[in-house]
Amino acid sequence: MEINVAQLFQTINLATIMPEIILSVVGMALLLVNVFVPSKSKGYLAWLSLAGLVAAGYTAACGWGQNVDGFSGSVVLDNFAIFFKLIFVIAAGLAVLISDQYMEREGCNQGELYPMVLFTTVGMMLMASGTDMMTIFLGLELMSISLYVLAGFNRANVKSNESGLKYFLLGAFSTGFLLYGMALVYGATGYTRIAKIAAVASQMGQPDILLLIGALLILTGFAFKIAIVPFHMWTPDVYEGAPTPVTALMSAGPKAAAFAAFLRMFLVAFPSMKADWSDLLWILAVLTMTVGNITALRQDNIKRMLAYSSIAHAGYALVGFAAANTTGTSGILFYMLSYAFMNIGAFAIVVLVAKQGETNGNVQDFAGLGHKRPALAAIMTLFLFSLAGIPPTAGFIGKFYLFSGAVEAGYIWLAVIGVLNSAASAYYYLRVMVYMYMKPAEEEFGWVSLTAPVSLALLVSFLGTLIPGVVPSYLLQLAQAAVKVIS
Amino acid sequence: MDNLTNYLLVSAVLFSIGTIGVLTRKNAIVMFMCIELMLNAVNLTFVALSRHLGNLDGQIFVFFIMTVAAAEAAVGLALFIAFFNNRESIDVDDANLMKW
Repeated sequence: MEINVAQLFQTINLATIMPEIILSVVGMALLLVNVFVPSKSKGYLAWLSLAGLVAAGYTAACGWGQNVDGFSGSVVLDNFAIFFKLIFVIAAGLAVLISDQYMEREGCNQGELYPMVLFTTVGMMLMASGTDMMTIFLGLELMSISLYVLAGFNRANVKSNESGLKYFLLGAFSTGFLLYGMALVYGATGYTRIAKIAAVASQMGQPDILLLIGALLILTGFAFKIAIVPFHMWTPDVYEGAPTPVTALMSAGPKAAAFAAFLRMFLVAFPSMKADWSDLLWILAVLTMTVGNITALRQDNIKRMLAYSSIAHAGYALVGFAAANTTGTSGILFYMLSYAFMNIGAFAIVVLVAKQGETNGNVQDFAGLGHKRPALAAIMTLFLFSLAGIPPTAGFIGKFYLFSGAVEAGYIWLAVIGVLNSAASAYYYLRVMVYMYMKPAEEEFGWVSLTAPVSLALLVSFLGTLIPGVVPSYLLQLAQAAVKVIS
Repeated sequence: MDNLTNYLLVSAVLFSIGTIGVLTRKNAIVMFMCIELMLNAVNLTFVALSRHLGNLDGQIFVFFIMTVAAAEAAVGLALFIAFFNNRESIDVDDANLMKW
């Protein structure tokens, strides 16, 4: 058999994965460069990886509206994937910017952090682009394996070790379920490609039992990654123990990536079983919101509080998923983007307030910040408002679209429970504000000296939280154009 | 036909043994071995189904799973060693610094 090289390249179509190629190359180059950079000036690596991320984001954005696919249809660069890729680039970029100051303070300033962040971003991008169970699986694993390393990055710190260990064991465990689900779906339909699975599944009148169990196991696998109750137990421990910039990345990026693959699998491959999974997601959304918010109420450690709050936020996003209409799904995209800004912004402040050895990380330690550093406290207030869903912030608009999606789909009660939960969550966000403004400072703050990268991260996340809250329409149109390809 | 059922049954049993092992064992390395058992149960499922369906997708999937499992083992053992260096134990019950 003769192989036509030109034709082969046309089928492969490397342009589809250009953002991933750029990030991988930059990541590998940084690994090499890292060897020659003295440990005091690892900050340069942060700027280099930021440049790589911007280049990848720009390349992805250039493909907007073109819907090209490659590797005979197993990866695709459509609007949906591009929107998510931009979320990942933003999340990784902000995390990289706040890393240098933190790592220097904690004394684990090895440059390998930056390549690992880039590799995990490549994994997330592949997940958003994957239209075949194989590529989704490979993306998920590339993302997860790099994240295991990042969670345990601070080798000398026992909490970081624990975080990495727990994340690794539970992450690998959940992968087993996801894979078993994929195997059963493959057995029921005979294909691994999502579009073909959809074609076969829609022809079955009554869904095959093998297909149902497979879909359920896939749901379990993604639920672990998104931290949906009852698969959330790892989240608080892993988030608390991991280095703070990594926690910031973990709460925004992988969650969005898992949602991307989850949405694509269920809306494209299994729309014929929508009646089955929609009710299930209804229950999971209520559980996730309620458990996340109630447990967050009693947390003193701020990273742990933000971990439980991230569970609750996954629950809000699930509300839009259960609705599964354009408003709901585009609401998820909008929300994931705003969540990246506001949550990483809040974590940046946590990095600034904490002291060496991750001490000073309790809510009480924010006492007096409003008097000593009014600007920082004001920015933190905006992030907290946004997390609580108070206008005029992106968090409010996002929640508004998610809940109105649920109302449109006829899930009035789900929206009501969501709003009640959102009101309850205001308690623990406002508690931080009470400490910042109404209690006197007890002791000196840690490193509240702002370096250039952290200031840039704060500025970007501040604008990203505020602007979509005031003028949401442009971003919402983009989100709606993005979900058009999967609905 | 009957052959496929047998293969699927064996892999379901293997998968269950792996799952129960992860949930009941306390030694992190044994837990990881149980996870590997789960992954290999999945591999067996894929290969059996691939043979039954007469297409190669499942077998290609198995190659990827094996590669990823190897990478996972490398990272996992490194994490175990880092944990052991600080706690002198590899028992998951000793991973108890953070409680709510």
